[in-house]
Amino acid sequence: MPETQNVYEIPIGPIHPALKEPIRFTFQVEGERIRGVDVRAGFAHRGIEFMAMKRNLIQTLYLSERICGICSISHPIAITLAVERAAGIEVPPRAQYLRVIFSELERIHSHLLWAGVAAHELGFDTLLHLTWKVREQVLDILEELSGNRIDYAIPIYGGVRRDIVPAQVPKVEAMVRYYRGLLDELLDAFLRDPSVEARTRDVGILTAQEADSLCAVGPTARASGLSKDVRQDRPYLVYGELGVRAITPRDWGLEPRGDVYDKAVVRLLEIGQSLDLIEKCLYEMPDGEITSFPKIPALLAYLKKAEGEGLGWHEAPRGEVIHYIRLEAGVEEPVVWKVKAPTYSNLMSWVPMFRDQEVADIPIIAASIDPCMCCMDRVHVVRDGSPGTVLKEELLRLSRAKTERVTRHLSPVPRHGGAA
Amino acid sequence: MSALHFVWQAAAVLVGGGLLGLVYKGFDRKLAARMQARIGPPLRQPFLDVGKLLVKESVVPKDAVGWLFRAMPFLAVVASFTVLLYLPWGPFPAVLGGYGDAILVLYLLAVPALAMALGGFASGSPLATVGAQREIVMLMSYEFPLAVAVVGVVWRLATLGGGPVFSLGAIAAAPLWAQVGPLGVIGLAILAACLLIVTPAELSKIPFDIPEAETEIAGGLMVEYSGTYLALFYLADAAKTIAMAALVVTLFAPYGIAGLLGLSGAGAQAVDLVFHLLKIFVVMFAAVTTVRVAMARLKIDQVARGFWLQITAVAVAGLVLLVLDRMVVG
Repeated sequence: MPETQNVYEIPIGPIHPALKEPIRFTFQVEGERIRGVDVRAGFAHRGIEFMAMKRNLIQTLYLSERICGICSISHPIAITLAVERAAGIEVPPRAQYLRVIFSELERIHSHLLWAGVAAHELGFDTLLHLTWKVREQVLDILEELSGNRIDYAIPIYGGVRRDIVPAQVPKVEAMVRYYRGLLDELLDAFLRDPSVEARTRDVGILTAQEADSLCAVGPTARASGLSKDVRQDRPYLVYGELGVRAITPRDWGLEPRGDVYDKAVVRLLEIGQSLDLIEKCLYEMPDGEITSFPKIPALLAYLKKAEGEGLGWHEAPRGEVIHYIRLEAGVEEPVVWKVKAPTYSNLMSWVPMFRDQEVADIPIIAASIDPCMCCMDRVHVVRDGSPGTVLKEELLRLSRAKTERVTRHLSPVPRHGGAA
Repeated sequence: MSALHFVWQAAAVLVGGGLLGLVYKGFDRKLAARMQARIGPPLRQPFLDVGKLLVKESVVPKDAVGWLFRAMPFLAVVASFTVLLYLPWGPFPAVLGGYGDAILVLYLLAVPALAMALGGFASGSPLATVGAQREIVMLMSYEFPLAVAVVGVVWRLATLGGGPVFSLGAIAAAPLWAQVGPLGVIGLAILAACLLIVTPAELSKIPFDIPEAETEIAGGLMVEYSGTYLALFYLADAAKTIAMAALVVTLFAPYGIAGLLGLSGAGAQAVDLVFHLLKIFVVMFAAVTTVRVAMARLKIDQVARGFWLQITAVAVAGLVLLVLDRMVVG
């Protein structure tokens, strides 16, 4: 309701047509101009890390797959890499190639999904329907290869669970050809459409300096011109051999401005990059085992004896995802499991992006970082039944106390409720 | 005209217009879906929607200005259906032809938009307030080119000594295209194009569905409306779609085909009426359905600037051509 100087507060969320997942914005709006924004996360907090600490590592792998439906291979890959580092498990080369293939297939479907959502936020539903229609192709291939459209259940500690048999290779090749032929059309529909350009050019600008200082990751950072890609900066699996290069708007022949348009450029070009990677992997893949632990009980027994800590990182479609895991000998459960999702890094880049934009730009700016709340939400503070806020110092204190409690196997529930 | 005859005619136009509006909405949705590679709803979906809304609960928000919130849907329906009575229907003259003219039709067309905006303000929701502000800005943006287009046609007709000035019946009876010179034809074509651009704005359809912008402000000025009130706005929208398309047809394409087919009497009237409805459908399909599947939603400042500067400039250019035409042709 109106306050002084005609500044309205417009609440957007946690339930709102512009948001696909729950988060809450409170905008200070003057007419159609946004003067300030406050973001509140935590609506999708499910305590998934805590659940994992009560389960064995195989069950944790299942949980990691269900952190998020769209990034449903990024989390398992990150956790398997972390556990393999912690427990010193070797991964056969063929399994590494297979993991890359699935990661890139997921990147294609995730970016197509984003493109459709972005079109819908702009009120361009025709583009949404067309984009999601072509997205079915990659989902069909994922179903063909893994049995599922999402949650592929492919990575396992020490390798992967399913091989790509020779009969399936032509289907994947056909899909790559299909998207190659379509990519120009998609680039045309998004990047050369005057009404899309009118709504995305110079909207939601994130300068390179802001992106750098706010630690933005993934396409959000690359659109601002930062050459930042985990696959390029800290190669893992076989990405080093494949020679991945971070894609910025410069590849489209534009000087990066960091606006929504640039973010669309980066994501659409990455679809093409993923197609190249899949093709490369298909041809370069060596024969051999796909896992170093064909029997799950043997794997579980090995993991129970393992001790150590490990970090696993992966360039998810939305940016860098990091899993930290700590194992102790004689315990089936992970002692500590920490997930840092890409959206967590990108969250603060909303604040400069929203500044002085219009109300009409809210949906597309919110969507432009491709937010994934269910990946991100790790903390929700509840005190005496009402949500509260915790400042940095106290959060640090609580976190340290929690870590101590967890590592000493004490009760995980603090006295006054809190970060879990 | 006897009173009974008049009532019968009015009832036929109102009921027919309402039904037609919903039928056209059904076609619009179906065709849009086919263009988007979807199957789309059945043709009778708008009837099902209205029927369902009528039996649903109508919630009035706690913060709303109750009487205003309740009255506005009725005002919108009454205004948009009244327009139908002032428009000629192909071979049939307007029911209230003797009581109102093009100016009145323009005013009545603006009323539903104002009613929506007032209802939005009255609902007490910040999202509806933003939507209502946008609706008012839209109204101020497209009214000028709309007026220029209508006035241009009417003025040129008056200079040629056609009928009572501003009477839509007279405009329909004496199509301008044949009476003006080449400059005038170009001017008329420009004005027709402007009117077609204004049509989706007048009807709040993409790219101009800014006041309702579902992904931005969750339905904007409609956000708090439900049940019967929403059904009334829906009906008003259906009637307004027909009215706007019929206005375009009456101004720029008021031709019949019965003469060409050599028909006369009741048969000729029936054929011409069907042809008129077909023209209305073509206008709706061209100006609403195809545009709304081919574009993204614009922003309010883009729309306001576009209508005030570019579109108005183009419309005035068309008007100037008509003036020059008068100097040449007389």
